[in-house]
Amino acid sequence: MIPFNFDYYRPDTLEEATRAYRELDSRSLEPVYYSGGSEIISMARVHNIYTKAVIDLKAIPECNVLEFREDRLFIGSSVTLSRISEENPYPLLSKACSRIADHTMQCRITIGGNLGGTIIYREASLPLLLSDCEVIVTSSGSLSRVPLAEVFRERLLLPRGEFIVQFVIRKEYAAVPYVHVKKTRNEKIDYPLVSVAALKKDGRIRLALSGVCPFPFRSADIEDRLNDMNDSWGIRIDKALEYLPAPILNDISGSNGYRKFVLKNTLLNTLRTLEAMH
Amino acid sequence: MLKIEGKSIIQLDINGEIRETPVHPSDVLLYTLREELGLTGAKPGCENGDCGACTVLVDGWPVKACLMLSVEAIGHKITTVEGLNNATIQKAFVENWGFQCGYCTSGFLMVCHSLAYNHPNADEYVMEEWLQSNICRCTSYEEIRKAVNSVLMPASKG
Amino acid sequence: MEAGTVIGSSVERKEAWDKVTGVAKYTDDFIVPGILHAKLLTSPYAHAVIKSIDAAQAIKSPGVKAIITGSDFPILCGVVLEDHPPVATDKVRYFGEPVAIVVANSEREAMHAVKLIKVAYEPLPVVGSVGDAVKSHAPLIHENLAAYKHAVKGIYPEPNTNIADRISIRKGNMPEGWALSEVVAEAVFKLPKSDHIAMETRNARAEIHADGEVLISTSSQSPYSVKKMLSQYFSIDEGKVNVKTPLVGGGFGGKSPVQLELLAYMASKSVGGRLVKIANSREEDIVTSPCKLGLEARIKLGASRSGLLKAAEMTFLVDTGAYADIGPRLAKSIAIDCTGPYNIDNVWCDSLCVYTNHPYSTSFRSFGHVSYTFCIERAIDKLAKMLGMDPLEFRLRNALGPGQTTPTQVKTTLSNLGNLTACLKKLKHDIKWYEGAVIEAGNGKIRAKGISCLWKTSDSPTDSVSGIFLTFNTDGSINLNSGVVEIGPGMKTTLAQILAEKMKMDLSRIHIKLEVDTQVSPEHWKTVASMTTFMAGRATLRAAEDLMKQLRSLAALVMRCPPEDLDIAEEKVFLKQDPTIYVAFKDLVHGYKYPNGNAVEGQILGRGSFIMSHITQLDKETGKGKPGPAWTVGAQAVEVEFDKTELTYRILKACTVLDAGKVINPKTARGLITGGMSMGLGMGSREAFQYDSEGRVLNTSLRTYKVMHIGEEPEYIVDFVETPQIDAPYGARGISEHGIIGMPAALANALSAASGAELDELPITPEYIWKIKGGQA
Repeated sequence: MIPFNFDYYRPDTLEEATRAYRELDSRSLEPVYYSGGSEIISMARVHNIYTKAVIDLKAIPECNVLEFREDRLFIGSSVTLSRISEENPYPLLSKACSRIADHTMQCRITIGGNLGGTIIYREASLPLLLSDCEVIVTSSGSLSRVPLAEVFRERLLLPRGEFIVQFVIRKEYAAVPYVHVKKTRNEKIDYPLVSVAALKKDGRIRLALSGVCPFPFRSADIEDRLNDMNDSWGIRIDKALEYLPAPILNDISGSNGYRKFVLKNTLLNTLRTLEAMH
Repeated sequence: MLKIEGKSIIQLDINGEIRETPVHPSDVLLYTLREELGLTGAKPGCENGDCGACTVLVDGWPVKACLMLSVEAIGHKITTVEGLNNATIQKAFVENWGFQCGYCTSGFLMVCHSLAYNHPNADEYVMEEWLQSNICRCTSYEEIRKAVNSVLMPASKG
Repeated sequence: MEAGTVIGSSVERKEAWDKVTGVAKYTDDFIVPGILHAKLLTSPYAHAVIKSIDAAQAIKSPGVKAIITGSDFPILCGVVLEDHPPVATDKVRYFGEPVAIVVANSEREAMHAVKLIKVAYEPLPVVGSVGDAVKSHAPLIHENLAAYKHAVKGIYPEPNTNIADRISIRKGNMPEGWALSEVVAEAVFKLPKSDHIAMETRNARAEIHADGEVLISTSSQSPYSVKKMLSQYFSIDEGKVNVKTPLVGGGFGGKSPVQLELLAYMASKSVGGRLVKIANSREEDIVTSPCKLGLEARIKLGASRSGLLKAAEMTFLVDTGAYADIGPRLAKSIAIDCTGPYNIDNVWCDSLCVYTNHPYSTSFRSFGHVSYTFCIERAIDKLAKMLGMDPLEFRLRNALGPGQTTPTQVKTTLSNLGNLTACLKKLKHDIKWYEGAVIEAGNGKIRAKGISCLWKTSDSPTDSVSGIFLTFNTDGSINLNSGVVEIGPGMKTTLAQILAEKMKMDLSRIHIKLEVDTQVSPEHWKTVASMTTFMAGRATLRAAEDLMKQLRSLAALVMRCPPEDLDIAEEKVFLKQDPTIYVAFKDLVHGYKYPNGNAVEGQILGRGSFIMSHITQLDKETGKGKPGPAWTVGAQAVEVEFDKTELTYRILKACTVLDAGKVINPKTARGLITGGMSMGLGMGSREAFQYDSEGRVLNTSLRTYKVMHIGEEPEYIVDFVETPQIDAPYGARGISEHGIIGMPAALANALSAASGAELDELPITPEYIWKIKGGQA
């Protein structure tokens, strides 16, 4: 039960959506864009979010595409995690999506919602960061295409009223060797102690992490250390860990010391597995 | 653009019939099903999407009714346990002792029913992935596993 | 089902089809227009003085009908010790404790108004563990402990401490025992609080009629307690309180205390008796309503070089949390069976019920046994290791047998105990013990097995009752009416089986009333303690005897023969020497009508009543006494695969061999036992309340409080020994709780063997193993 009332808008076009936002915002109705909705509903129930108007983006055709056009894969922001894993256009992304929450939730959670939400893990971002993904965003009445990394650092940084319409990924990433490992406290379905996505492109390892720090990230410094062929895996990992962008998380899922232990083991397994792939 | 402002009467397609119901736009589907439409087969177990007791099908796919707005269901086909019409999974649960208290059962049935329809050849891994969305506190899952496997036809089983 | 073969058959539960069609109704499924909604404001502190409560804004909020605070109903409740205000009054003692109730037209309005109540608190020092609670100068959680009224006899709170009760066992001669002990193992153990997590959260409704009749409907294992307690606390004639309980969505002990029923009554009372409902959110169900006990224990065990147990000294500190509830009885239950099912002549045990600022504890599946069994069975393994003995052989050598005595000095017989040796021997075979306890499995993995024994008796009040009414339909079929609540184990179907067997009739011709209505159904004390088959089964047999006596007597009149020449089967009363001469039930049960229209006798009505016999209170000094009618014994094993590098594990197999006395319904019995095992493995591997430094529970949702899911379950092996309990229906012992008891211990023994670390705390997460092994990155 959501302990307050709001109004519901389900625009059919991008233009309707952004216009509705502007208008509701001007009436101080604190509108929120709504996609899968699970996070908004569960936070509203415990008074952690408040709004007088939700704008459901799921009926907008552009937000629902999932297709290859020439050498690019286009994924609408309202595409559900389960549809991505069912249709499997980009195996690393499918794998990551199939380990977020549980399967029934994956039938509701959208890729845009996972990146735009407040839950800190945002694990769908890892394969996108690794594949130099671009995003099409609504921007003052028109659409623009920018690298994901520009608008997603730790979290989504779009100006008020803007949202991601589509993710655009080069087709070649659907075929590169990859590893995805998610480690939890002891339940398969849980927030991650460590989520690792890694792939090999042009002979170089790329790696992104969630669950280690209070946000997901890909780090050039860490990748440089991991690709330093002069060192053994153990040393590369030790050196890489010096470049973590924030202290390791320390919470009820796992202490920072234990997370570090899991991280090292997981990185070692990930990198060894990746090395064996061609 | 669909606009639902304030308390409204909406039409929902539930178990093959169109039902009219009053809603506040912030009502969750679980509330409308139970309190307005008397379909109490879907149960509140956590209202947070963690237990699966309220699972219903939306266009044939499992959804936790506690985390979906009733107004979102406009234009979609909803199936609840009351709409399962002698589905094979119901008999399989009875024959395999797939429940004790019965409170989680509707939710499990809906997930199993959707799985058997969408992936009739699902293997053990896929079956587990789907059913891990639900919690049963009485059984050991051994019985539920037997029940769902009896309605699936993995390619390996022929 | 053919008549006379129904005991020992896997018959489907009577309500099976209702449960797969959504038809089955639980308390909150009865949708009533106009019902009012009560919501709780709960404490954000674990220990604090309530300075003031300002509800001025909340009461003006739309839809709000009433706001109740502790001072509106200044009563103290408690099933053992009356220490518990239903809504906190001067101070709060745990995080999540009710501080105010809002009653409103809708749930949404109630939830909104709850947030508008302003409470000023003054935090007090938090008692965060039983170890801290028993230290001298520990902050007192109940300053007036000495003044509290005792609801039962034989309870000994220690004034000016946090000790609500202490049970002592003194058996044999300790100096002698230690003198005979050439090898001694000693260790301390810690088990956290955790929760029942019944899928249906606790909920209740109340309505007060103009004539003063109070109607309660509740998801409860104890509707008759609800009636008695409401009557007592609010001075209502007991006959004016009627409690209804339809199907219950899981209990596990968590629905045996009375809590929300009191709040619902108070809410209804404040709105002129209108129908009000209160339903726990999952978060409230985890912290606000009572949970499973926590435990700290020190165990010292001694044995001779030849491997015979000689002495046991143990101290148990039961974390009852903020209120005593049934905690003193949990401490007692631990004390009476403290040694496990082993023959030890010299026993010293102190079991303390200790207050802390944690959520309060209540009964939980096995009533404390799963907790102390972890401690004793880990200690047994340690001692076997020191002796260089195989842990299974060590248990066999010390298994309690007929003619020996329990810690409370009850003399054991095959009937009251069962056969543990036979269970252990079967277990040895079923788990393939000959493979070895620890095997290198390659790939950095180890496979290891651990075992545990278990036993349990009921520890119910000495005067617990159960009753059965039987009525006939005109077609000769029977209606069975019992106060047993259907919480999941299919107990009403079991009673129908017992009746069908006794009456030698078809099970489908016995109809059961699933709902309990305390005004209509004869009392069954509580649906707890695995005592339903025993107590209600005995009452059913007596009710059947009552029917049969009346049937024979009337048939004798009709058939003009002595009643002793008559037998009963297949809904007929027939002549023993010529079964073709008979009268059918349908011609007798609503009176017999002669051809000329004269009728004799009226309806045949059956009644059966049962009360526990020969149960005694324990002696205060020595604990000597008879706690329950009989024990159920068993042996369990767990096999794990352990990853030596990552310190993670999978549970491969779990095995239980139980002396069930007689298995009444094999598939149901297996389901109950594996269900208990699953819960035990959850407790062993993941379930625990986690707190912050201020004693607030952090994992109050099922997203962070994890239970077992499908795919994590091992291969289950369940096997039975059948040593009849002579005074039980068809010899059947209680089995509903027992699957859980040895699971955490067997898991810990397996993982300790696999990891080489002594794992003496629960839950055993990979992080805990990592910590015990040094905690190095």
